[in-house]
Amino acid sequence: MTPDPNAMLDQWAERTDYRWGFVTDIDADTVPPGLDEDVIRFISAKKEEPEWLLEWRLEAYRHWLTMEAPDWPHFPDRPWGPIDYQAISYYSAPRSDEDRPKSLDEVDPKLLETYEKLGIPLEERAALAGVAVDAVFDSVSVATTFRDKLKEHGVIFCSFSEAVQDHPELVRQYLGSVVPANDNYFAALNSAVFTDGSFVYIPKGVRCPMELSTYFRINALNTGQFERTLIVADDDAYVSYLEGCTAPMRDENQLHAAVVELVAMENAEIKYSTIQNWYPGDENGVGGIYNFVTKRGLCQGNRSHISWTQVETGSAITWKYPSCVLKGDDSIGEFYSVALTNNRQQADTGTKMIHLGKNTRSNIVSKGISAGHGHNTYRGLVNIRRGATNARNYTQCDSMLMGEECGAHTFPVIEVANDSGQVEHEASTSKIGEDQIFYCNQRGISPEDAVSMIVNGFCREVLAELPMEFAVEARKLLEVSLEDSVG
Amino acid sequence: MLQITNLHASIDDTPILRGIDLTIKDGEVHSLMGPNGSGKSTLAKVLAGDEAYEVTDGSIVLDGQDLLELDPHERAAAGMFMAFQYPVEIPGVTMKYFLRTAMNSVRKYREQEELDAYEFLSLVKERAAMVELDTDLLDRPVNGGFSGGEKKRAEIFQMAMLEPSICVLDETDSGLDIDALRTVADGVNKMRGADRSFLVITHYQRLLTYIVPDIVHVLVDGRIVRSGGKELALELEEQGYALVEDGHPVDA
Repeated sequence: MTPDPNAMLDQWAERTDYRWGFVTDIDADTVPPGLDEDVIRFISAKKEEPEWLLEWRLEAYRHWLTMEAPDWPHFPDRPWGPIDYQAISYYSAPRSDEDRPKSLDEVDPKLLETYEKLGIPLEERAALAGVAVDAVFDSVSVATTFRDKLKEHGVIFCSFSEAVQDHPELVRQYLGSVVPANDNYFAALNSAVFTDGSFVYIPKGVRCPMELSTYFRINALNTGQFERTLIVADDDAYVSYLEGCTAPMRDENQLHAAVVELVAMENAEIKYSTIQNWYPGDENGVGGIYNFVTKRGLCQGNRSHISWTQVETGSAITWKYPSCVLKGDDSIGEFYSVALTNNRQQADTGTKMIHLGKNTRSNIVSKGISAGHGHNTYRGLVNIRRGATNARNYTQCDSMLMGEECGAHTFPVIEVANDSGQVEHEASTSKIGEDQIFYCNQRGISPEDAVSMIVNGFCREVLAELPMEFAVEARKLLEVSLEDSVG
Repeated sequence: MLQITNLHASIDDTPILRGIDLTIKDGEVHSLMGPNGSGKSTLAKVLAGDEAYEVTDGSIVLDGQDLLELDPHERAAAGMFMAFQYPVEIPGVTMKYFLRTAMNSVRKYREQEELDAYEFLSLVKERAAMVELDTDLLDRPVNGGFSGGEKKRAEIFQMAMLEPSICVLDETDSGLDIDALRTVADGVNKMRGADRSFLVITHYQRLLTYIVPDIVHVLVDGRIVRSGGKELALELEEQGYALVEDGHPVDA
């Protein structure tokens, strides 16, 4: 087909206009939809990034252009068209306080009701609902208190943008060291256009004095759809990091493609917990977030330890495999996951455990719950390389089905290149039993409470890995996500 | 008082209960006996509200409340308890958590205050001692890996905790050795009282030497064909169900 020369000319004119539009107007809050090198230059300039980072982004972008979107995941019953990357706007500044609701009275009561059900602390509700923070409480001082305390211990915890300004040498050393810019389609895209995220550095011998959670929850609401997180725990350091929140967050962006990199040096431990509850679309599968995330941890040092825990209840399509590269001898990788799909949701999740070092151990516990027309796929790789003498893996992969229309799928891959490796895989699929529900009912427990109790029991080993207050919220979240799924 | 009138129920369009009339006054212990397939367990499940069964006619009234109007969990709150013949396992949910949820659900329904942890645990201690239940079991998942005897004792323990007004024991004696049977029966006997009644369903007379009923009914083909005093159970034991199987329904 020969392109219409007039249309091409129009397009060109538009593009030119567009290009000049932002180069001259560096104060603009938003770029028009579309992606090219100029957009990337704009983002980088907006963030006053050093030249090397711009080059890194551009390289990622150029590589991305040569890649094809993967089409292998198993998403039955939910056709999802190709994403139009030119229809996305890649930079928008956070909403200013003037656009926000002034108080909780102006917030959708339905949203507040959900916060109530989830048991979100009162002082956080307003912030989550997007109320102008000053109008609620002095969050700045809360943040400062946290920061001072962390600083005392030498812990760096800041936004990714701040880290680029204040600790460029650390960012440069570790950015892309676990997830290279050309790792996969969505990681490449993220590397090119990421806007913000978090940066954590725990110095040698320091045990981070607090769970990095509350601060994050209140302050990281506007990180956007291409989030970038980098956590480095130096020798003998420990940190527990909590990402996300049980509260359903409003977001109009369809595609979320985050990248999270963890680096654990000798004897260091990183616990990374996620609760993901993005908008899942309606009961007919219309709308909802595509959550395509790359998460990987490198156990660089001997006796290092990385543990991923996730509770995934949101998003229309989830596609993520938090993984561990067990490079150091005696290092440990863990993955604990609950993925719940209801209505037309689809989740394809699991982990990769790459054993390189001697005596490395990995532990995988995956619990998939499918309800409605939801589909849940566990996809995992346990790879024991030649040098990984005496490596051990234990995998437990359980699926629970609720109703007749949902599905559970398991694709475990095991590759062992060292004879001394020991790999165990256990899997089960069960239907939530009517006899179980009836038993609970007979003791006075309502059908809804019975289902939530049975599901929570099923997920117990995973929820036990979450920090206490998060676990309480996660339980309630499972409950709320399953509402109306019992007939 | 539990009043069952002309109760008909079927499963998959096959009639099982074919006109049951039975009145159990407060404080009374009734026993329901009958051959396999006569509908004994069906009656228990219909009373508890198992949706697998369809009630096609008749009524069930407990203390003035129409049970057929209520969902199973509401019936429980209204005072109906059924000890299961085969208690199910619920992995990952401890017995304690389960029971506390159950008790507080029931209390909420009855517009009573929830029990706090201290009150709950003291009650647990007291009632577990009553039925000679090892409290270590209560930290294990509901019925998870329990022996047959432990399961049945745990059922009686739950009964003791929930303090129902009518207790239906569905073949609680099945699969129990004599010691376990005696313990279970002791627990039940301790719970007998003026404001609580029992329907003890059993195939064998054996249980009834420990739980002595006021009235014995014999169910055949979905109908009560004979009712009498506790000696009826002994008579059946000696002569077998042939005593009633050929006979016609006899009014109580």
